[in-house]
Amino acid sequence: MRQTHTGDAGTDRPGDQQQETCVKNFIRVVALGGTAALALAACGSAPSATPSSSASGGNSSYKACMVSDAGGFDDKSFNQSGYEGLQKAGTDLGIQVKTVESKQESDYTPNVESMISEKCDLIIGVGFLLEPAIHKAAQANPDVKFALVDSSFQDADYKPVTIENAKPILFDTAQAAYLAGYLAAGVSKTGTIGTFGGMQIPSVTIFMDGLADGVAKYNEDNGKSVKVLGWDKAAQTGSFTGTFDDQSTGQTQGKALLDQGADIVMPVAGPVGLGTVAAIKSANNGSMLIGVDSDWAVSNPDSASITLTSVIKEIGQAVYDTVKVSSEGSFSSDPYVGTLKNGGVGLAPFHDLASSVPSDLSTKVDSLKKDIIDGKITVTSPSTPK
Amino acid sequence: MTSTSSTGGTDAGQAPADQVDAAPPTSNGAPGASRWREVALEIATGSAGVTVLAIVLALLFGGVLIAAADPAVQSAAGYFFARPLDLFSAVWQAVSQAYAALFSGAVYDVQAESFARGIKSLTETLTVATPLILAGLGLGIGFRSSLFNIGAQGQVVLGAVFAGYIGFAFNLPAPLHLLLAVLGGAIGGGLWASIAGVLKARTGANEVIVTIMLNNIAVYLIAYLLSLHAWQRPGSNNPQSPALHGSAMFPLLAGERYRLHAGFLLAIVACVVVWWLMERSTLGFQFRAVGANPEAARTAGISVERVTVWVMLVAGMLAGLAGAAQILGTEGGSGLTGGIAGTVGIDAITVALLGRSKPLGIFFSGLLFGALRAGGVVMQARTGTPIDLVLVVQSLIVLFIAAPPLVRAVFRLPAPGSRKAAVDVPAALTAKEVRA
Repeated sequence: MRQTHTGDAGTDRPGDQQQETCVKNFIRVVALGGTAALALAACGSAPSATPSSSASGGNSSYKACMVSDAGGFDDKSFNQSGYEGLQKAGTDLGIQVKTVESKQESDYTPNVESMISEKCDLIIGVGFLLEPAIHKAAQANPDVKFALVDSSFQDADYKPVTIENAKPILFDTAQAAYLAGYLAAGVSKTGTIGTFGGMQIPSVTIFMDGLADGVAKYNEDNGKSVKVLGWDKAAQTGSFTGTFDDQSTGQTQGKALLDQGADIVMPVAGPVGLGTVAAIKSANNGSMLIGVDSDWAVSNPDSASITLTSVIKEIGQAVYDTVKVSSEGSFSSDPYVGTLKNGGVGLAPFHDLASSVPSDLSTKVDSLKKDIIDGKITVTSPSTPK
Repeated sequence: MTSTSSTGGTDAGQAPADQVDAAPPTSNGAPGASRWREVALEIATGSAGVTVLAIVLALLFGGVLIAAADPAVQSAAGYFFARPLDLFSAVWQAVSQAYAALFSGAVYDVQAESFARGIKSLTETLTVATPLILAGLGLGIGFRSSLFNIGAQGQVVLGAVFAGYIGFAFNLPAPLHLLLAVLGGAIGGGLWASIAGVLKARTGANEVIVTIMLNNIAVYLIAYLLSLHAWQRPGSNNPQSPALHGSAMFPLLAGERYRLHAGFLLAIVACVVVWWLMERSTLGFQFRAVGANPEAARTAGISVERVTVWVMLVAGMLAGLAGAAQILGTEGGSGLTGGIAGTVGIDAITVALLGRSKPLGIFFSGLLFGALRAGGVVMQARTGTPIDLVLVVQSLIVLFIAAPPLVRAVFRLPAPGSRKAAVDVPAALTAKEVRA
């Protein structure tokens, strides 16, 4: 293109025009190239029948809907689990599903309202922050069914209250975390277990309460003194990152706990825990991790080599069951509480690190699980769902 | 942004081909057809015209993105040559439905079964716009006084904290309780902003850095407060304050069905007050004088330090009112939470810039933002357009409105007041690019 440039561009008009043409030609060539590339990708054959536009719909007219909290459906944590449960229900049951993501707290009420306008039969809110929005909507729309993950409903005096058309979906995670705590105390070589949370909210601290109690139980049974760093159950104080999305804070917190002698760390902070994975891997001293919410050895294959076990919270399954029962016409407002007994919470298999768990310890954990299921042991936490 | 009519004279040699034939030599004695062209150009290049064109442009770009993200369009593009019409109908379907949903959510829901349900969209737009207008007014005052205050977010939080605490902790008769809570919100935001103002005035600390840091502190302050039992609901550990008393709430303007509350009236009043303050009062004159030239203002006997503190105080009070409007109105009294401020303080910066920092402009840009927010909700729910795309379309509109030269370049409009320059600039740019 250089040859078209004659003289000073600011004053030489013919030169400008020539340049302009040249640029236009250039654009045309690029556009042509782009079109050709697109054309190559567009040579597929048309589907024979008219494609049905109901990609998410099925043969049923039942419509189940979900509103995320500000974390969004890609949070690798409870929003995502709930979303997957709903999508699975849509496919398996052949019902319609609809989802909206919230970007901030002021979105909750409008989003729930928009789902009502879309004539949803069941509207599921994910996260305790949606309680006011779901609560009000449920009272104003008695014909629509509602469900709320991680919170029950409260009346004006903050007493738990039953709303005819709204179902709380709760998890007694402390039961599973208790087993993880006992296990970790038995496996730890340094006698120090570390934990930290994303924020000091009940759905997080209930993990930490269970962990602390499990460790205490181990100490009591075996006359040991394994310590828990990062959470004091009696005082209800501990370490928090203040965020569920900044992974670097998970790395910092993880490293700090390792430096203080912990060799097993349980980050209760959703994707922030991935930063802790990095910290443990770079320490490379045999330290391990306890995953939360899902089985991390499976959901984060990167961390499989250091994941001792995971404290699983089956939000997806709970959502699936709720949708299934509701679509069959037998919705009930009784709270669903995930426990070891009904499989709503659980301990993941040890996978790669099974060899580091002595067989008598693993037997003991199994018997503890049985005791909790039978009610011989009660795991308590101020955050236990009531 | 006003265009002067006395500067005609397009240089025919440089004008794009489609303009050459009609270009008038001068504005005096121009033939009738050319005069209409003049008028049309003037409308198009004026501030309002550019804004409308910017919206059109953004909607076009957004349409491309919406179409590209649509699964039906993607599959139809796969067999474009076998049945090209499929692609066009899929694109039309995706884009028209998305924008129809945007309109339905922002102005009037055409699919609603009753008028009362349909008009809800408009009330939502006004509700969402309320805090944006209030906080935007505050920021606008700062910008006109050459204080780049980024701290509206923290000031909104503090406003909500003060107003919320008064709302749930005290028990007072109705009008007094509301008045006190609103006043508390203004004081909370004002105090928080004054920290930055005083630091700037006393030590010359950069207000941009100080206000950003104060935003962070405010976020952790509210998180800390909500971890205290006195700020939580009895019997709960969740970081959520007790519900507010009804006596502290803004009255609803359009009945129980809608969220629209008297905070919107407050925003209108605030627009008028800010206009009066900036255009008619001595204090406002000092604000503007410092904004235009601090040295000259100082020479003229104005205390720049005093003005700095005042500007921040007033700006903070307005942002605090935005926080009060959120917690005492929009959120329906459900109490204080960590995210009560949302992104109001950040969006308000755009609203203020978009409104050219003038009260009327901020009012309308606040409404535009409110409409996009409210419309985005329905767009996502009805057509499954990902919310991220909704935000991108919103940002595109802002981007184009904020860059009038870009819009003029795209539509080949001359700049107001100097058409020659408008044509010259792209030509010079092109030349540079080619040479490089």
